[in-house]
Amino acid sequence: MFYKVSRVLSLTLFALLILVPVMVVVLGTFKGDLELMTKPLALPEQWTLNNYRTLIEGGQITTNFRNSVIVTLASVVLTLFLASLASFGIARMFNKVANLLFTVFILGLTIPAATSIIGIYDLFDSLGLRNTLHGLVIINIASTLPISVFILTAFFRQIPLELYESASIDGASPWRLYRSIALPLSRPSMGAVAIFLFVINWNDLLYPLLLITQSDLKTLPLALLDFRGEYAINFSMIFTAVMIASLPMVVMYLAMQRSFIAGLTAGAVKG
Amino acid sequence: MTNIDTGARKGTGTRSPKPVQSSTKLKRIHDRRFALMILPALLIYALFYLYPTLSNLRYAFTEWDGLLEPRFIGFENFTRTATNDDIFRKVLGNNIEFSFLVIIFQTAFSLIFAIFLLKNTRTSIALRTLYFFPTILSSVSVALVWMFIYEPNLGALNTLLRGVGLDSLALSWLGSETITLRAIAFTQVWFHTGQMMVVYIAGLQQIPQELYEAAEVDGASRWQQFKSVTWPMALPTTAVVLAYTTIQSFRAFDLIYTMTGGGPNNSTNILVTLIYQSAFGEYRFGYAASLSVYLVVFILLLTWVQRRILRTKY
Repeated sequence: MFYKVSRVLSLTLFALLILVPVMVVVLGTFKGDLELMTKPLALPEQWTLNNYRTLIEGGQITTNFRNSVIVTLASVVLTLFLASLASFGIARMFNKVANLLFTVFILGLTIPAATSIIGIYDLFDSLGLRNTLHGLVIINIASTLPISVFILTAFFRQIPLELYESASIDGASPWRLYRSIALPLSRPSMGAVAIFLFVINWNDLLYPLLLITQSDLKTLPLALLDFRGEYAINFSMIFTAVMIASLPMVVMYLAMQRSFIAGLTAGAVKG
Repeated sequence: MTNIDTGARKGTGTRSPKPVQSSTKLKRIHDRRFALMILPALLIYALFYLYPTLSNLRYAFTEWDGLLEPRFIGFENFTRTATNDDIFRKVLGNNIEFSFLVIIFQTAFSLIFAIFLLKNTRTSIALRTLYFFPTILSSVSVALVWMFIYEPNLGALNTLLRGVGLDSLALSWLGSETITLRAIAFTQVWFHTGQMMVVYIAGLQQIPQELYEAAEVDGASRWQQFKSVTWPMALPTTAVVLAYTTIQSFRAFDLIYTMTGGGPNNSTNILVTLIYQSAFGEYRFGYAASLSVYLVVFILLLTWVQRRILRTKY
């Protein structure tokens, strides 16, 4: 009895703790700020798109959105390609060098991102990569390679060698083995890695904060920080920006909950 | 790269896959070309991540304002932080309190919810999806939403508290030297509990059902079943959850940076935010670099201690 009551009670409480803020945010984007503050939970007295209109007509957020899309897509695609190629190589090499290289990659997992910010700032500054979107892409790739290689190598090591042998007797190159045998088999793990790379890169604040100061190059999380200052007490505007920034991930999450949960749990070490 | 083949030739191999014997010839032919496939990733990672991490370490032994040449000062940064640095000491205390709170509550909540939602019923799956939801949001978004909740005058929490007559509990959640750190810790727990719950569910579902059936036959209560089956069997998962949660708590940069920037009076500053602030707010890059050495050491130490404790219990 006690068990049942406490179970229902705590589950409901935590569900409300998530649902209520989400509702307040979503409804708040269709209200004026005063109404949001006085009646946060009520439906808008008059549904209005004014907040969205103001933000989008301001133009800033569309630029930020575009930057985020470019940086995220480029980072995810390139990381996937480089990591899968490397993981395949590591998994198909049977010597100490492969193990050593694997260890070198894994080393990056134990280093928290914040430990290298000064070195990264310094290096990217001297290479002229600050205030460039490709600089951001490069650091995204470099910092997410360890976790991606870690997961993909584990997968490629499970592919039985026999699957490659018939092909390599026919004279297939390593590249062909990768392209036409390993890659097609690895679709589920690649999907999982792709998802957490999407979320990590889309939501990242640290590296943009470190490398980008020019406002037309800012990504969404960095822009949200600016909105915090600009609309200091105007939470309905802030919520609208939050909504625009979160929408792509929310839509993807609702469409593929299972893969999202699996992928993000696999990548939890990083985020 | 010259000795790439030697391992294979000697057959010293690796711990990797099982069917190693089957094709020594295939291996030898391809090893060099497989190594080429690793190269692009290795180069990018080494140049843009490993190298800056090492150069970060080098700056820990310098005094540097980020503009002029760094001046080598040996261990001075470290001796200063160890002996005569009140802010560092305060921040270290904050970090311990913050991580401790997050680790205890996040692990406890995620385990409890995992037990409650273990069975794959429709309600369980729906609730899991809901609890996991915050994980996909950016920490800046989460921080902004919680700034609204914690806002002292018109914020949701205080409005709610005043509404039910608990005016005395309506505090300045983001402006207090005593409670703000805890308020942010709560947000962090809210943010990541669902993710750790999923890790726990995966672990708990591995526990053989027979153990529970046997316990039930012996007339074990729910609590006894938890104590003698669930908890010991879930220890390896707990180790994973603890490791994730510890690292996450040390990395809570975004939340703190957005919500308070480390204030008021450094009371919410933890190591990562102090590193950023020292370098990019006060232009003490050498000092900041030395702090990041502490950060790595602490994380490694904590992870090691946790492993030890869980292993001895196991």
